[in-house]
Amino acid sequence: MKETQISVFLENRPGRLLHLLEAFADGKVNLRALSVADTADFGIARVIVDDVEAAVQAIRQAGLTAATTEVLRAEIPNAPGGLAEAVIRPLARAGVNVEYTYAYNKGGSENAVAVLKVDDMEKAQQVLGEE
Amino acid sequence: MIWDREHETMSRTDLQQLQWKRLQVQVATVYEKVPFYRRAFHEKGLTSGAIRSLADLPELPFTTKYDLRDNYPLGLAAVPVERMVRLHASSGTTGKATVVTYTAHDIDLWAEVMARTLTAAGVTKGDVVHNAHGYGLFTGGLGFHYGAERIGALVLPMSGGQTKRQIMFLKDMGSTVLCCTPSYALRLAEVAEEMGVDLRETDLRVGTFGAEPWSARMREEIQAKIGLKAHDVYGLCEIVGPGVAVECECQDGLHIFEDHFLPEIVEPETGEPLPYGEPGELVLTTLTKEALPLIRYRTGDITSLNPAVCACGRTLARMEKISGRTDDMLIVRGINIFPSQIETVLLQVKGVLPHYQIVVDRRHALDDLEIWIEISDEVFTDDFQRLEALERDLQSELQNALGISARVKLVEPKSIQRSEGKAKRIIDRRDAYG
Repeated sequence: MKETQISVFLENRPGRLLHLLEAFADGKVNLRALSVADTADFGIARVIVDDVEAAVQAIRQAGLTAATTEVLRAEIPNAPGGLAEAVIRPLARAGVNVEYTYAYNKGGSENAVAVLKVDDMEKAQQVLGEE
Repeated sequence: MIWDREHETMSRTDLQQLQWKRLQVQVATVYEKVPFYRRAFHEKGLTSGAIRSLADLPELPFTTKYDLRDNYPLGLAAVPVERMVRLHASSGTTGKATVVTYTAHDIDLWAEVMARTLTAAGVTKGDVVHNAHGYGLFTGGLGFHYGAERIGALVLPMSGGQTKRQIMFLKDMGSTVLCCTPSYALRLAEVAEEMGVDLRETDLRVGTFGAEPWSARMREEIQAKIGLKAHDVYGLCEIVGPGVAVECECQDGLHIFEDHFLPEIVEPETGEPLPYGEPGELVLTTLTKEALPLIRYRTGDITSLNPAVCACGRTLARMEKISGRTDDMLIVRGINIFPSQIETVLLQVKGVLPHYQIVVDRRHALDDLEIWIEISDEVFTDDFQRLEALERDLQSELQNALGISARVKLVEPKSIQRSEGKAKRIIDRRDAYG
């Protein structure tokens, strides 16, 4: 399933992630998932939220810059090898490259959810739909 | 020591007579040969015979770096290409370089003033001169080279870079004289220390450092770390290159070779002449140059003049160490940099100028240039590779435009300080003028 992810540019120094999180708190934006990746100078915080529009507004108000990206959401069976068998192997077999991934726990469910950025969204959806 | 005793110690009266004689010829030449000057003279209601004495000099029009840019590349030349034998260049205010040409006479004159420069610093025949100024379009390398050869010293044309190899040569060849930028001198000291070489134990005894401003504290540091006497050398490629002025053994101001380069100090805003001792913008008129004679060239450098006879015996007026600039030009590793050059490159990226800041610092004794660029929604993407590619592309474009490497760093929106809505473009953490 497709999902909208918000990416935020953050300088790689103390207090910047806090600044973003405070903005979300002030804007009453609930985070479902967060991942931060970095280079030497800067990082990108990637979030999945309930209300994308409110989140983007909170980010802008905090003076930060945001971009939205379509990512793939896939449920992972709560068992050893779950992510590999249900998601990654089918994608690999179909030649879909995973650029990055992170996971979160869905409220009230045993299963986790993987967020995946892939190079071919359409193909990935087809592949996972077939499984 | 004095190379040209006749000219360097002549009485001020004789000197002024010589300057007046040479100025008349130079003014007549530019009026006749350079359309730009004829127009500028006419605009002021002047013809070539309009000035009657040296005191009338302030009536002549100024020349600025913008005039050189507007007449790029050779529009201000007073001789045809057939008479030119050399071309040098420095960075201009935008994409185009400032181009300077020389006749054989000019090259000879340059070698002569550089021989005076090195002699004033104590260099003589028998010295081994390690020249780490860049050879090429930059005037530093060949300027010192010709001066040292004229004296009869042995020159090592090292040029810049390959610091470890430089240290090996300094040590093994028994170099006695070091020529480079002051910041590179400190870099050499630092790398030598890492290599376990104590430069104080080498034969080095004299250093002539220039092409960038440096403080009195930096001089102490260089002298202590390398174990030599450090002399400040002043010049600019528009006038000739290095060889306009130099500190003698007294290290108390830089003697200007006034028989070739006529100095004035003016109030930077109004252009009004200022008396001796008052700080203002240095203005230079070439008195003997053929290919590119310049009348009242605004150097942009702030200093003051002292005409008192020096303990060394020279009667040539001394200028204080440069204390600043009238414009936003930066000198980094001896290279002139204007923010407008950087803007030209940044504009190519997205067509709009991002907020940016130029940060100069001294890291490992070398000037370090960083350009901070505020990220915007137009530029930002979730893709790390694209952002890093953007940084790399900008870095290589800047290297092309500036001639030195600059590190590009993306920063958050609105993180660059603004005063009255305008970003402060330059943060210089070096203590260059201190």
